[in-house]
Amino acid sequence: MTPQPEDEIIRKRQRERAKVTAILLGLFVVLMFAITIAKMTINQ
Amino acid sequence: MTSVPLQHDESLPADWRDLLALTKPRVMSLVVFTGLCGLLAAPGPVHPVLGFTAVLCIALGAGAAGALNQWYEADLDAKMKRTANRPLPAGRMSRQTALHFGVGLAVFSVILMDLAANHLAAAVLAVSILFYVLVYTVWLKRRTAQNIVIGGAAGAFPPLIGWAAVTGDVTTLPILLFAIIFLWTPPHFWALSLFVRTDYANAGVPMLPVVAGIGSTRRQILLYTLPMIAAAIAPWALGLTGWIYGAASVALNAVFFTLAFAVAANKATEAKAMGPEKKLFAFSILYLFALFAALVVDRWVIA
Repeated sequence: MTPQPEDEIIRKRQRERAKVTAILLGLFVVLMFAITIAKMTINQ
Repeated sequence: MTSVPLQHDESLPADWRDLLALTKPRVMSLVVFTGLCGLLAAPGPVHPVLGFTAVLCIALGAGAAGALNQWYEADLDAKMKRTANRPLPAGRMSRQTALHFGVGLAVFSVILMDLAANHLAAAVLAVSILFYVLVYTVWLKRRTAQNIVIGGAAGAFPPLIGWAAVTGDVTTLPILLFAIIFLWTPPHFWALSLFVRTDYANAGVPMLPVVAGIGSTRRQILLYTLPMIAAAIAPWALGLTGWIYGAASVALNAVFFTLAFAVAANKATEAKAMGPEKKLFAFSILYLFALFAALVVDRWVIA
């Protein structure tokens, strides 16, 4: 049984949003790490 | 006026590109640029990572304000050609998604600014978002022809935020930078509203050309240009900047005044014949970019 076209669109959008969210979360972690190091450097 | 013509299919998640479009990326570029210039013009060193984060927060805050503006104005946007294809009026996203996205982004940007910069920069960022959403979008835009005059303050905050992120205080120069954008907004938007006034009239937005007429708007453009020129030359006249900014400011303001005068002298009522208005609108964007770029070059070269 082939999936309905609308289901396909929903799955595709969910996949795309999951990828974008993962990338943004990864960047956020890197940014928080960099901010922490920067603050430590300033305070030394 | 709360109905949206095209209903969104609730089962369909919003496309991430539409969430990005909700932040008005084109408007954001000017906000980010003026914020960055405020940051670079401020005295004292700033760690590159913290400076980058401060500018990122200004961008996110502007994006949040843009998203909340579109959430509230979906019905208006649906009535105007220029905005009818935005994600909400086009039915590609639910209003709830836009609201959650806007509020989430606003809170995130303010908290991150507080962590990376200081309380003052975070507070001014929060005020700017609230001002744009509550004072301009909700309160003024549909009620008064002066919506742009007071609402213009919302777009004037970025250089103040950039400056505060570096120094932790606000002095005369960042207040003048605020004043320049505040006084630049009416001639900039009224020039646009003259040649898209039919759109505003159809949507029931009381923009000045719709309420007071074309002739009055043209006179107001010229009148508001005068205090804007005074504010733009003041940093140099008060000795807060050097000759580079002074020369650029005098030249740019001379061109702005000439174009504003041409608008005031124009008698055309058809959008097609509004060449001077279109020229002034296009130049006003270049004017702000060039003026703030000259400020940064001046501060860096003279310093």
